[in-house]
Amino acid sequence: MNREKVIFAFFIVLALTLNFGFFLGGFDEIAHHNVYELFAATIVSMICTVLKFGDRTHIGALMLATSLVADLQLVVAAMMWGYGVQMSVDGMTPELVSSIVSLSGGALLANVVSVVLLMVETIMVRR
Amino acid sequence: MHDVLYVLLRRLRKPLITVIVVYAIAVTGFVLIPGQDDAGQPWRMDFFHAIYFVSFMGSTIGFGEIPYPFTAPQRAWTLVTIYATVIAWLYSIGSMLALIQEPGFSRILRRRSFAKEVRNFNEPFYLVCGYGVTGTAIIAGLCQRGIRSVVVDVDQERIDALQMDDLPIRVPGLCANASLPDVLDDAGLQHATCIGVLALTDDDNVNLSIAIASKLLQPEGVVVSRTESDVHARNLASFGTNHIIDPFRAYAEYLSLVAKSPYMHLVYDWLVNPYHRPLSSVYKKASGRWIICGFGRFGRALYDDFRQGNVETVLLDDNPAVLEGYENTVLGLGTEAETLLKAGVEDAVAVVAGTHNDADNMSIIMTAMEINPKLVTVVRQNLSSNRLVFENSRADFVMEPGRIIANRILAKLKTPLLPVFIEKMQHHDEVWAHTLLNRMSNIAGDRELDSWSVKVSDVSAPAVMAMFDQGMAVKLQALMKNSRDRNRSLPCFPLLHRRDGVLSMLPGELTELEPGDEVLFCGLSSAKGRMEWILKNYNILFYILTGEDPSFNLLSRILKRF
Repeated sequence: MNREKVIFAFFIVLALTLNFGFFLGGFDEIAHHNVYELFAATIVSMICTVLKFGDRTHIGALMLATSLVADLQLVVAAMMWGYGVQMSVDGMTPELVSSIVSLSGGALLANVVSVVLLMVETIMVRR
Repeated sequence: MHDVLYVLLRRLRKPLITVIVVYAIAVTGFVLIPGQDDAGQPWRMDFFHAIYFVSFMGSTIGFGEIPYPFTAPQRAWTLVTIYATVIAWLYSIGSMLALIQEPGFSRILRRRSFAKEVRNFNEPFYLVCGYGVTGTAIIAGLCQRGIRSVVVDVDQERIDALQMDDLPIRVPGLCANASLPDVLDDAGLQHATCIGVLALTDDDNVNLSIAIASKLLQPEGVVVSRTESDVHARNLASFGTNHIIDPFRAYAEYLSLVAKSPYMHLVYDWLVNPYHRPLSSVYKKASGRWIICGFGRFGRALYDDFRQGNVETVLLDDNPAVLEGYENTVLGLGTEAETLLKAGVEDAVAVVAGTHNDADNMSIIMTAMEINPKLVTVVRQNLSSNRLVFENSRADFVMEPGRIIANRILAKLKTPLLPVFIEKMQHHDEVWAHTLLNRMSNIAGDRELDSWSVKVSDVSAPAVMAMFDQGMAVKLQALMKNSRDRNRSLPCFPLLHRRDGVLSMLPGELTELEPGDEVLFCGLSSAKGRMEWILKNYNILFYILTGEDPSFNLLSRILKRF
């Protein structure tokens, strides 16, 4: 058992599950989406990105790319949330909520690709 | 090239994750801990304000408690997170700075900038492996001639020395093991303008692997290697190393010339060594019995050469095993008078102190000179740090392997015609050599005698070619005139003339040049620069040929028609 691999897989899968948990629910229903979950998903996704730094393999490069995509989508979603709560005159409109949720849906897809790549890498190792 | 980035990113994983985690915990804390607004109503910080507050708190900017004054639990949490975030920052910045200062990291950076500098070379250069005594002398010689070079040495101290040496041209140096092909590649082995590789390290095996890599990766390039054993020399020759230089063999050849033909030896010495021996040194008698102390590699090489020249020798060594099977041997080191007397030092002409111990060598020649002051003395200097002692030893010849190799290689790199001349001159007699030596002495005196070759071609002598196009004949003497006053000559004279493979020694000054001719000159190096002007500047050559100094601009040409 490789301790580094355990930590790595843990964070990747955690990023996916948190992201999925946030995504689940009505598209324009703010009550179905928890801000803490979005925060946790963003932080875990960032940690995943840093964990992938410095991997010289081809799969490592792909994983870094998917992770950066997830970060980007989640950070934009968080910024929209902040805009909706703090700056928008109308407050959190259903339109804003639906675009936040769809952005996190994009991040979810990127996280799924990350997990698929992780599985591919695991299958390729025949030891 | 990506190495640096990967190393940097890999090392930054931990510090970056620490910063992210600490910030996340701090933000979560502020979001969860209840506060009060200015009306005293319960209020909770949202993520937006929490991130805002932690960001300026973590970087210790401090804008105060916003948007409302904090409650006690919030202040307690702030107290904890101030220290946590500052420590996280210090840790990550500290590890980044440590990484930049780390020797391994700076080595990678140095190697990258070295490789980049070499890659951007656009003029011919030599790759020199090893910056010891030999390498130092060769780099200095190359710089003097305006030829660029690159140095690889395994010792950082020598690379530092390279940077301290006041060279007229910048010579990039890298501290790395030259026997690794990728180091050679970074140093420009496969570069389009790399002329050749000089393997000058003091390890024969390293030289061998440098030579092999060079021959495989750059088959057209010149490869010069030093070696100190016959096995390696044969090995190097087997795959086409261009020049193999064994310091002991080279010096043995040089010394045996002293015994056979002293004037020829001096001609050779003047052409090859920058500091030549004075003309007066030849009056010592050198044909007769030679005593060789120390029968190692040097002694054996000397013995082989002397036997071919029928010179009488006596061999001395303190190890009876190496003397077995040879005639005229005496057991002993030669440091004490007794053994030297047994070897017949009283009526010998020369003594060679060739052991591998500098102190023994000095002792041998001092003892021998006491018994017979007329002796020609040859002493081998093993360590270059002992130079001061050897310079004041009053020995006739000091043999320092590093310098011998440097002079040999420089003579070969200077011009390919010089070795041809040296080879051919040995068929002439002593009278010829004496005459030549007098001519050299008139020109150079005690200064360094330089030699260079000139090729009549569009690239190297455009002015001469232009004269040919106009149907004017250019004689050899025209190249040796002073461009300011054509009645005076430059301090140089021709040694060798080559036309279509036909060689003529000491060509007459009235020889008419033809396209494709090659001429080897010797003289002061100042004459070399002057000659370049004559070869390349039409106006100067025109003045030298005709004595007129007309202007050739367009206006004067048009005016001349009327």
